[in-house]
Order: sequence, then C-alpha cells, then structure tokens
Amino acid sequence: MDKKTKLKSFNKSLPWILLLPLIALVLMFYISPIVITVPLSFTNMGLSFKWMFVGLENFRNIPRDPIIPQIIRNTFVYVFTTLIVFNFGMAVLLSLLTTSISDKWGGFFRTLWMLPRITPSVVYGLLWLWIFDPSKNGLLNIILSLLGMPSQDVFHHNPMLLIVFANGFVGASMGMMIFSAAIKAIPVEYYRAAMVDGVGWFTIVRKITLPLIRWHLLFITAYETLSLFTSYQYILIITNGGPINRTNVWALYTYQTAFSNFKFGYGAALSLVLVGVGVIAGLLYIRNIHIESTSNALEI
Amino acid sequence: MIKKEDYKLGFLQRNSSKIFNLTVYSILIILSSPIVLAYAWLFMRSFSTGMKHGFIPIGLTFNNWRFMWEQISGLPNVWHVTLNTIVLGGSVAGVVLLVSSMAGFALSRFTFKGQGKLLLLILMLHAFPTVSLMVAIFYILRITHLLNSLLGVILLRASMDIPWATWVIKGFYDGIPREIEWAGAIDGYSRIAVWRKVLLPMVKPGLIVIGVFEFLSGWSEFIFITTFIFSNKWWTLSQYTYTALGGYRFADYGLLTAISVWYILPVTVLFIFANKYMTQMSLGGIKG
Repeated sequence: MDKKTKLKSFNKSLPWILLLPLIALVLMFYISPIVITVPLSFTNMGLSFKWMFVGLENFRNIPRDPIIPQIIRNTFVYVFTTLIVFNFGMAVLLSLLTTSISDKWGGFFRTLWMLPRITPSVVYGLLWLWIFDPSKNGLLNIILSLLGMPSQDVFHHNPMLLIVFANGFVGASMGMMIFSAAIKAIPVEYYRAAMVDGVGWFTIVRKITLPLIRWHLLFITAYETLSLFTSYQYILIITNGGPINRTNVWALYTYQTAFSNFKFGYGAALSLVLVGVGVIAGLLYIRNIHIESTSNALEI
Repeated sequence: MIKKEDYKLGFLQRNSSKIFNLTVYSILIILSSPIVLAYAWLFMRSFSTGMKHGFIPIGLTFNNWRFMWEQISGLPNVWHVTLNTIVLGGSVAGVVLLVSSMAGFALSRFTFKGQGKLLLLILMLHAFPTVSLMVAIFYILRITHLLNSLLGVILLRASMDIPWATWVIKGFYDGIPREIEWAGAIDGYSRIAVWRKVLLPMVKPGLIVIGVFEFLSGWSEFIFITTFIFSNKWWTLSQYTYTALGGYRFADYGLLTAISVWYILPVTVLFIFANKYMTQMSLGGIKG
C-alpha cells in the first residue's frame, strides 16, 4: 500500500476512531445492562453472585408478593397526581403566565422554577422535609398557625402529598420551558387579530394558544408519564418509601429489592417493566424530535 | 358625532391592562413562594441560632458551620469529602468533554454508513432512564472491578450525560461553515489538525456550557454514589449530606442547613452570575 491509499483508508475509518470512546461507553453502560437484565431476571442471584437459573419463578412471584398491590396503587397515585397537578398542570399555567408578562420578568420566574432542578437532590429533599416538618418549625405549619389553623402532620397522615409536591416542583419546569418556547414561537399576528376582535385572555388561551401547542402538550404528557414511572430519587431521599411502604412505588421497590434486600434476580425481573417503559420513552422521544418540536429546547 | 362623555370607561376598563398584570404577577408570586421561602430559610437558618416563629432568624452564629473544623459524629472529614466531590465533578466534565467533542465532530463532519441510525440511537439513549438498569449496572461494575471506586461512578455518570452533550456539541459544529475547514485543509492541515486548531476553538462556547453543566452533574450525583460506593473514603458531599440528613433530620436544622449551603455553593454561584445560561442548559441534561 502506498502512502496515499493508506491515508485514504485512515480518513475513512477516522469517524469510527473518533466515535470509539462513545461507542465503548454506550456498550458498557447501556447496551450490556439492557441485555444482561433479561437473563438475570431468570436467576435467583443474591449476594453470592451465582448464576442459578430458576426459570419463571421470579415472574410467578411478582403477583404473589403481598406488597405488590399496594406498590401498584401507590405508583398510579404518584404518577398521575404529580403529572396532572404539576408536570402538566403547573407547567401549562406557568408557561401561559410567564409569556403574558414582559420577557424579563417572565424569564426571571422561569429561572426561579429551574432552581429545584439544578439543586443537588439531597439538599432539595431537606427543603421539603422542612416545609412539611410536623412540628411548629415547618413552613406549612407556620403559615397554618398564622391563619389560626391547627398544625398538620403531613409526613404521617398523608405522606404521598409530600412526595407529589417534591417531585412536582422539579417536574413542572420541563413542561414549562418547552411550552414557553412553543408559545413564543406562535406568530404575533394571531394574537393581534384576536385583540382586534376584542376577545379576552381566557378566550385567546383556549382558542389560539392551547390548540397551537397541542403537540407539545401531548408529547410532554406522554413523556412525563413515562419518566415519572421510572423516577424514585426524591422518594428515596425524603421518605425511602415509608412510613410502612405508603410512598413506595414500583421503581423504588425494584431498587430496594436489589440494594437493600440483595435479591438481584427478583430485582432484575421487577426492573424489566421499567426497561420496557424506558424503551418506549426513548422511541417517543426520537419520534417527537422528528416532528421537530422539542429540538429548539434541546439545541440550547 | 361621538362626544367624549358618550363612551365613558369604567375603572376596571381604564385600568384593565394594569389589573391584568397585577393578577398575573400575584399568581406567579404565590405559586413560586415555596421555592423562594425555602431557599431563603436555608441560607438564613445556617447562620442563626434559631428561628422565631420558625422563620425570623435570631442570633448570628457560626456554630452550625462547626463541621468545617470539628469532627461530627458519624461523618468523615468534610474537606476530604469536598475534594472527592471536586474530583468527581471535574472528571465527569473532562470525560464528557473529550468523548462528546470527538463524537460530535465525527457525526457533524463525516458521512459514513449507519450515521443516521447512530444519531437516532444517541437521542434515544438521552431519553432512556438509566435508573431502571441499576441492577445490571451493579453486576457490570462488579465484574470490571469498578465497584466502590470513584472511577466507576465517573464513567457511569459521564456515560449518562454523553448522549446529551454529543447532541449539543454536534449542533455547534453544524453551525460552522465548511469553507473554514477547507481553508485549513489548503494550509496543509490534516483533518485532525483542522479539528484541533480550527474547529475546537470555534465551538468553545458549547464546550464551556457542557463543562459547567457536567461539573454540576458530577457534583450533584447521588444515586450512583450511595449505591456503588461503600467506603466513606470515597464519599462525596451528596452522601455526606444524606447521612447527616438521616442522623439529624427534624433535630438539628442549623447543622443540616450549613452543610447544605456549603454543598450548593457552586449552584448558587451559577444561579447568581449565569442564570441566563442556566435555564438553557439545565433542560437537556436532566430528565424530568
């Protein structure tokens, strides 16, 4: 081979050389775990890390597990309450309100709502523990006592509320940013025309803004449902599923099965559901990028 | 002819836009108040001996910050832990920058077989929730001897963020005209030299955004640390704060808030000095 063809073949393989580290890491931390989860779920692997295949036993055990019905109920309450009130509801409200005032102040409020998202999760957890502190020192009880109302012990009486609020204040910002960007992209002529007709803010929102961002609304609803389903970080920090599993959800229970009880085989079986959800989320995401809607949010 | 008094406007009509604005601002302030109050409390509480009515600070003190010069029972030395956290943040930023700037260049400037599919895969992985793979990742870290090591967490955290970073930096490369590259080639540069000497300096703004964001990503990492690190020699501030939270929750807010304020220092700096970029970059990196 002379020098020229050598260089040519080097240039041809150059993109793959540049992509090598990316591909290696993707293989190691995405592809292999996905592949390994499947055979792992047919074993009863524990702390001994022996591959002992037990057939379908783990899957037969799931419906027999006495705690599973409660877990499923909690998961639905957690996912849909958080979604409706915050990740969708609050997100729509915030995006409509912050785009109705000056850009400077609208941007200020949006930045404020990003703060929970960039705060380390442990510190963020502390903030909510304080807000719902059952003693007189918590924010909620300070406000209640100012209003002359009795103190509340949310932590023991309605722990799911705490979880929904903590997750919701983080979750609302994603929808808020995407909806705000979509609203700002609506041609201003539409609004002028509506103003000439003399219609009010609510009519404009209902007849112009919301219909025009309906794909974004749909995407966020679907995507956030899936991502709430697999998220457990804040629950782990704030209540760790307690008191007595009242805030335990599928994703957290999977985690506890593997890392508190060291039942890796059973944990893998439980996590197959989550992997399925994850794959759907990924497919949904690329489909949506194809219809170009979130690309502006991604591209900085 | 319409006389002036024929179309008198009521108070509400005359001031409708003011009233509208007032309403919008009021709602926004009420909705955002838990965030503002919680962070205000966090900072104030860390420097005070207690709170009157739970919210008004009384008595300036630095006793809450004693973890910086004293041993707190159940917690390792905070400086060592902080150093680990800096190493984690810095290494995650380094790995992500290196890998994504190479991959982004390949994806933006070359055409090769399977390119479109690879791009789709990268996007899909960006949306994929890694936490669902924890069990299998534990196994993989075990057989590669990366359990209980910061290196394992660095590689893992970096891998989670690389799809996002690659996508972002590819966008920056795409924005550079091809002519600039050709000019470099005419000067006798190889493609690698063009990349290093011409393209990389031009995508610097993107690299800075990714670097800052990835530093924070490593700095804040919690789940991987708490699951894959067993010895407090390798703890970072997330595990340190979490352990303190377990031992002193509802009991010593002074200590907990002081530790938290120390921990969120980089976030605070970013929020005060660069909040314009914060909103832009936070979105892609973390999943809702």
